[in-house]
Amino acid sequence: MNNETARLRWKTWACAAVVVASNVCGNYFLKSGMPAELATPLDYITVLFRPTVTLGVLLLILWLASRMALLSWADLSYVLPVTSIGYVLVAIAGRVLLHEQISARRWAGIALIMMGVALVSGGTAPQTYIPEPAAGADQ
Amino acid sequence: MKWVLVGVIVAATTVGEVLQAKGMRRHGEIRDFRPGAIGRMLSVLARNWMVVASVVAMAVSFFAYLGLLTVAELSFAVPATAITCVTETALAKYVLHERVSWLRWAGASLVIFGVALVSA
Repeated sequence: MNNETARLRWKTWACAAVVVASNVCGNYFLKSGMPAELATPLDYITVLFRPTVTLGVLLLILWLASRMALLSWADLSYVLPVTSIGYVLVAIAGRVLLHEQISARRWAGIALIMMGVALVSGGTAPQTYIPEPAAGADQ
Repeated sequence: MKWVLVGVIVAATTVGEVLQAKGMRRHGEIRDFRPGAIGRMLSVLARNWMVVASVVAMAVSFFAYLGLLTVAELSFAVPATAITCVTETALAKYVLHERVSWLRWAGASLVIFGVALVSA
């Protein structure tokens, strides 16, 4: 592995960690702040001003920004499975913090997702396309 | 109702994320994460129609997701929308021209089977 490949891989993993953490925490706060029902279109707007929902939205904005940064150098077909570890963490957060049930079937699904993540993150390089000349990058 | 919302989320997310990947690739690798550089980058991205369109699609997906959260458990809502992993991997190969090796297909397939089990 040459220096450029190693640099890109470490940078990718660090950014992917931010993507996953902000997604999991954002989803948790969003769900915990949601009312039982959103009856009218106005409810979809007013619910955004609940503190926990606002925090969830801010974390999901961080998720969007970090994911955009990640996609500026990494393949979409790499980012998708690698950041899927978030599904596992969300399910576990639902179990631990919101007391939702995780059946044996769901645990098996979680194991398969983790195997998929390990296969792609350990077995393939983050970038396979040839980068185009940058049109306005901060370099 | 919850499967209609899942359909809207999948369609909007797939279009949004492929556009986002294409737009960010056109921008080039982000190397400078200082606040000033990020501000300049945002002004450049605001003029990138693919990034702007992707944000609109993601907003549609987000509000459909809010609706889904009111009728489904979190541990269903998030995994059920992961079918985008297949649609986006296919578009990554044919639209973004990425080299999707068998390892990536295997990884994406494992994720999808896992998601099917988790949301069953």
